[in-house]
Amino acid sequence: MDGLVTKAGGWLALALLALVAAAVAVDAPFAVHMVIVALACLIALWATVSRADFDGIARGILKMPADQGVYDDDPIRWGVIATLFWGIAGMAAGLYIALQLAFPALNLEFEYTTFGRLRPLHTSAVIFAFGGNALIATSFYVVQRTCRARLAFPTLARFVFWGYQLFIVLAATGYLMGVTEAKEYAEPEWYVDLWLTIVWVAYLVVFAGTIVKRREPHIYVANWFYLSFIITIAMLHLVNNLSMPASIFGSKSYAAFAGVQDALTQWWYGHNAVGFFLTAGFLAMMYYFVPKQAERPVYSYRLSIIHFWSLIFLYIWAGPHHLHYTALPDWAQTLGMVFSVILWMPSWGGMINGLMTLNGAWDKIRTDPIIRMMVMALAFYGMSTFEGPMMSIKWVNSMSHYTDWTIGHVHSGALGWNGMITFACVYYLVPRLWGRPRLYSLRMVNWHFWLATVGIVFYAASMWVAGIMQGLMWREYGADGYLVYSFAESVAAMHPMYLIRATGGAMYLAGFLIMIANVWATLGGKVRAEKPMTETPYNAAADRPLVPVPAE
Amino acid sequence: MAEHKRIDEATGTTTVGHEWDGIEELNTPLPRWWLWTFYATIVWGLAYVVLYPAWPMVNRATEGVLGWSSRGDLVKEMAADAKRRAPTVNAIAATALADLPAQPQLMQAAVQGGGAAFRVHCVQCHGAGGAGVKNLYPSLTDDDWLWGGDLASIEYTVTHGIRNPDHKDTRTSLMPAFGRDGILDAAQIGDVVSFVRVISRQEKASAASARGAALFADNCAVCHGAGGQGGRQFGAPKLTDAIWLYGGDRDSLTATVNQPRNGVMPRWGGRLDPVTIKMLSAYVYSLGGGEKGLAPVAEGTGADGQP
Repeated sequence: MDGLVTKAGGWLALALLALVAAAVAVDAPFAVHMVIVALACLIALWATVSRADFDGIARGILKMPADQGVYDDDPIRWGVIATLFWGIAGMAAGLYIALQLAFPALNLEFEYTTFGRLRPLHTSAVIFAFGGNALIATSFYVVQRTCRARLAFPTLARFVFWGYQLFIVLAATGYLMGVTEAKEYAEPEWYVDLWLTIVWVAYLVVFAGTIVKRREPHIYVANWFYLSFIITIAMLHLVNNLSMPASIFGSKSYAAFAGVQDALTQWWYGHNAVGFFLTAGFLAMMYYFVPKQAERPVYSYRLSIIHFWSLIFLYIWAGPHHLHYTALPDWAQTLGMVFSVILWMPSWGGMINGLMTLNGAWDKIRTDPIIRMMVMALAFYGMSTFEGPMMSIKWVNSMSHYTDWTIGHVHSGALGWNGMITFACVYYLVPRLWGRPRLYSLRMVNWHFWLATVGIVFYAASMWVAGIMQGLMWREYGADGYLVYSFAESVAAMHPMYLIRATGGAMYLAGFLIMIANVWATLGGKVRAEKPMTETPYNAAADRPLVPVPAE
Repeated sequence: MAEHKRIDEATGTTTVGHEWDGIEELNTPLPRWWLWTFYATIVWGLAYVVLYPAWPMVNRATEGVLGWSSRGDLVKEMAADAKRRAPTVNAIAATALADLPAQPQLMQAAVQGGGAAFRVHCVQCHGAGGAGVKNLYPSLTDDDWLWGGDLASIEYTVTHGIRNPDHKDTRTSLMPAFGRDGILDAAQIGDVVSFVRVISRQEKASAASARGAALFADNCAVCHGAGGQGGRQFGAPKLTDAIWLYGGDRDSLTATVNQPRNGVMPRWGGRLDPVTIKMLSAYVYSLGGGEKGLAPVAEGTGADGQP
């Protein structure tokens, strides 16, 4: 009882502190954020004192099976739902801003709906909310199974989930109110950054703790990748967000670095967010779910070691290629480019290991839509990780930089690789986590696959054309030595490309909505009567921790 | 975990012997093409960092054996192009602005160069084709000029700007805020607006416009002229035609008399070199509204360039 009083008192004190901060705030967005924090504390307080069976209620709403005492899967189930929820928000925002570029009137002349505010909302929602939740959920799933142990610190794992959602809400509402550090992919202000630091350290503790208490002698390759992702993101986040708040009760801060140093730090962060969040983290997902779905051994243990260490070592130096032909000194540009090009093969190691794992199961591409998604994800991963080193070459970059080619490159990676592999993993997870015989419909997965694939092709192809057209128009000189086009003329020339891009985005979103319907029906326990496709069997008896056997 | 190696049937490769949650690993060697491509990129990288600036030392970075630098590269490219363009640029520099239209080829080159400069520096306000923006920035394609549309006047405007408070030679004038500063009351402003709409043939004469005529003579004619024909020494627009920068309807005119815009344009003298300014003037002059010596290429008669 004393413990309960202490906990409840703690939550109340935190809520009051947040309300005081809201009252003395020097700007309105900070006050709004402190009210949100106070509300979160009050919800936690209510949850503490009412002592209702929240796990039971959540199970009722999300139609989750009871905890069977095997693996700690509740936070993973929430994470799957959160992934899908934020996915809709992020992709819809993306489609909307794509339409804004084609039809500027959609900015609505309303500060909260301008491109400048919705764009970070889109990028953060898809990368950190959709991708982040997928990473946290799958990492908790994979680490338990490959360590044959339940999560270490289950309460802390729940804190990680809810704390991360609070981070997302604070970041998203901040963008809409115009709160930003103006650092791409690191826009949230100092107090949100501090909160994320706490959550991330808790995440590291849960993950590493589970590895420490593993019942397997070796650590599986997926866990190397997850661990490198968690540790490196912590380092990147801390250094890039070093800043001094203008007021302890205000949302504005000033970065510790200035000028070209700030730019270099930002792109060291930005490029490694791609490298460790979107590459290493998602490779970890690939390394567990592809062999499971294909029911095949991983292609090459040796390749996984060499490509892991070379990827980790090389990625961290590649950031300066975002600053070619800027005030950044030539030597830093050279190193950024050289490391990016050498990074090509280490990146491809992951693709080879994923694709060649299908050796002996290639027929599944024809019959299993989930495998098809994984293969397409790996194909797009391969294309993006070839395109990236190519674009980092200064000669190519002098044309591609600042154009929509970059946007196309990012999206062939994000939609093709990160999106597709996440969809495949969620399709794999949902029937297993909810104890359903199979997905509601595999044919709907097939529809999702084709809509997404054709959507990406529209997107990437239109942005290649747009980017090359921009690059050529901007540098077009007449025989008399003068520029031929004004910038506005290149903007006008983009209109048809922007329409095609929005069409591709709409198809991708449509496929995702089919996924939501499919998952929803699966959660409801429905199974669609349809001509069967390949199923990967699930052995519930094998899906449990190893029972310790006393030494003979 | 079962520590046992076995030969995988489908591939004939030995497993490593580890197993996690049913996942095994094959002991396949590194693909040769992968490994050799990886080595090749490393060798290329080593060569590149010797050839180009790469390694930060104590005081400066290694310069690379090729001696290449991006600034040096730019200087070289710019110098080469400057050399190529030198004959044209020098000829334009040596020719008085007023004499340009007499030399069709040189005029053509100046219009081209001016167009390029216009697309960089001027389109933000005046639009890609110089058509201006309604209610904000004047069109440069018609023959209605606030400060004069011959070559010399355009060059002066471009060089010194309009209403630059920190510049002595700038074009300047200040239409009083008749309404805001209480010089005229609302009824009087209504009368003046009626008069302006009569002389621009938008309204029939009325008692109000008759009262407005007297007010116009006292307050406005000094700049806009007795008949509203405008006055270029003050940049005072002609009020008798159908061209209105800030709108000619009753509401817009009332707003203007109440609180005039007194538009501003930056000066480009000092920011752009004299040859570019000369070329810009030729380009703006060529847009269609240039006064005296129109269509210089066809006529070739030359403009007198009088202000």
